[in-house]
Amino acid sequence: MITYLEAIRLAQQKALATDPRVFLYGQDIGSFGGAFKATKNLSKEFPGRVFDAPLSEDAIVGMAIGAAIEGMRPIVEMQFADFSTCGLNQIVNHAATLYYRTGVPCPIVVRLPSGGTSGGGPFHSQSMEALYAHYPGLVVLTPATVEDAYTMLFDAVALDDPVIFCEHKFLYNHLKADALPETSLPIGKARLARAGRDATIVTHGAMLHESLAAATELAEDGFELEIVDLRSVKPLDTDTILASVARTGRLLCVSEEWPWGGVTAEVIARVSAEGFGLLDVAPMRVNAKDTPVPYHPDLWSVHRPTASTIAAAARRLLLS
Amino acid sequence: MPKTSAAVTQADYIKAYRIMLLSRVLEEKLASLYRAGMIKGGVFLGRGQEALSVSVGIHLHRGDIFAPLIRDQAGRLAFGDTVLDTLRTYLGSQLGSMRGRDGNIHRGRPRDGYYAMISHLGAMIPAVSGALFARRLKGESGVVGATCIGDGGTSTGAFHEGLNAAAVEKLPLVVVVANNQYAYSTPNSRQYACADLLDKAAGYGVVGHKADGTNLLDCLQTLRRAVQNAREGGGPQLVVADLLRLVGHGEHDDGQYVDPKLKASPLGGDCLAIAEHHILEQKWATAEEHASWRSEVETEVNSTADRVRREPTPDPEEDDWAALSCPEYREHYATS
Repeated sequence: MITYLEAIRLAQQKALATDPRVFLYGQDIGSFGGAFKATKNLSKEFPGRVFDAPLSEDAIVGMAIGAAIEGMRPIVEMQFADFSTCGLNQIVNHAATLYYRTGVPCPIVVRLPSGGTSGGGPFHSQSMEALYAHYPGLVVLTPATVEDAYTMLFDAVALDDPVIFCEHKFLYNHLKADALPETSLPIGKARLARAGRDATIVTHGAMLHESLAAATELAEDGFELEIVDLRSVKPLDTDTILASVARTGRLLCVSEEWPWGGVTAEVIARVSAEGFGLLDVAPMRVNAKDTPVPYHPDLWSVHRPTASTIAAAARRLLLS
Repeated sequence: MPKTSAAVTQADYIKAYRIMLLSRVLEEKLASLYRAGMIKGGVFLGRGQEALSVSVGIHLHRGDIFAPLIRDQAGRLAFGDTVLDTLRTYLGSQLGSMRGRDGNIHRGRPRDGYYAMISHLGAMIPAVSGALFARRLKGESGVVGATCIGDGGTSTGAFHEGLNAAAVEKLPLVVVVANNQYAYSTPNSRQYACADLLDKAAGYGVVGHKADGTNLLDCLQTLRRAVQNAREGGGPQLVVADLLRLVGHGEHDDGQYVDPKLKASPLGGDCLAIAEHHILEQKWATAEEHASWRSEVETEVNSTADRVRREPTPDPEEDDWAALSCPEYREHYATS
């Protein structure tokens, strides 16, 4: 069985093996293999291409940008997504503006171990996809399956633009697959994770699995939820979302992010603006609570959306 | 220890001086165009910093990397930037390298190793380092990357992270600090507490060099040594040149806060006037020859400005408004 984490490691291995322009740069990623072991053995397998970096997120991303200008394809690891704020300037002001300003693309991949795990606390749990999606010039990916973690990371390296790769830590070891696919949906396409007729859930990342569990629960009561896994939050596959809402007439957006200005807000804004007539009732959303992510498991498990809070919201949506 | 580098010759000095003169005349034109309301956005001049700046650009080769900062018109020209592209960028010509998408000092041609600065100070240090790292991975040697910063920029996290990371990798990087005494209006007494910015070199484990920023010969010799050191595998070099910014932060700023005592001190000397005096004193050129140098560049600058003023400005209808290079990943917002 291949875990989500192993899929990420294997995607980097494949990228290193197939493209001499690829190198890895990040904290503790060399012989130690990374804080989560996403680069385990890669420095041994690819000598001179996997580098430990100083504790300097700004310099890590800045170095990647310079290397990309010179034709390389760096993959950098932020030890936790939360720490990418220390490299935010290079990401949003340098990498993201380079192509528009100079016509020279910036093919870097910034891996963000994202999202909450029990006991992670305020600074090791954040979901930052909306922050990066806000800036023009970035592609923001949120794989929710082992298969997508593998193919999307490999595809991200081939992309000429900067990619923020939000890999979910909660899925690292929980999620397993029998084999890895050779092909996949292209980046930017959402996937219908479950077909249904009564309401559409639009979600991404770890919340896909909470939403699937909620759908199973509601199916026992005869409600069929359709679930759209965004895969990529930027670009956002509005067509697939609208097509689903056209079938169901009801929309529930679910995200582990904070509510203000996040992916759920964007999806609802687009459906309201472009598909208002498709909606039978007002759209709803479920997000994390608007506080820092709490440390204690009893607080954390209520802070984030779960199958039961998603199911409760879906029931309200279905009965309205 | 730095090795001895080849002596700076009379020809080297004259070549550098004439680029400084071109830079000064070009910047005088930019100031005049600014006062006439013809510049889109701000104008930030390098008056008083030409000797240092030209010394950086003149010692870099084709294939090297240069990320100049805001007061590096002279270094840019020495590295291969043109009067034409400078004026195009300031005047907002569609034909300029930035196509109206960015302006004034935020210009470059990254494919030619001439990086376009972002405004966030220190950010170019890791970028140039990454470029040098890439060159090393590709098996290239003998490449140098240089980037410039001011006293204020040395206080940023990016400066610290970038110089430290470059030192860890022993990259052939030259970081040039124009210690011009003010970061916008903030004097050095409010900027740092070390006795001399050069002290920072030891802290990062890099070679430090001090130059008199008002003295062209000293700047040329110092940068020649620093660039050669880096090229020969000596790792990052930190050059600190003391001088005084002889203009406001930008042309919108009269710089009235600059201490008159500093202006009257040796730091306040104008490197261009000092170099001119040196050339005449050494009889490397006559007053008539010097006057012809100036009128030559004035003609070039004025005729180029006239040409650029007739060029098309960017057309919002023609811009593709795309921040991503891959068309298939561009978003299309129904609301816009």
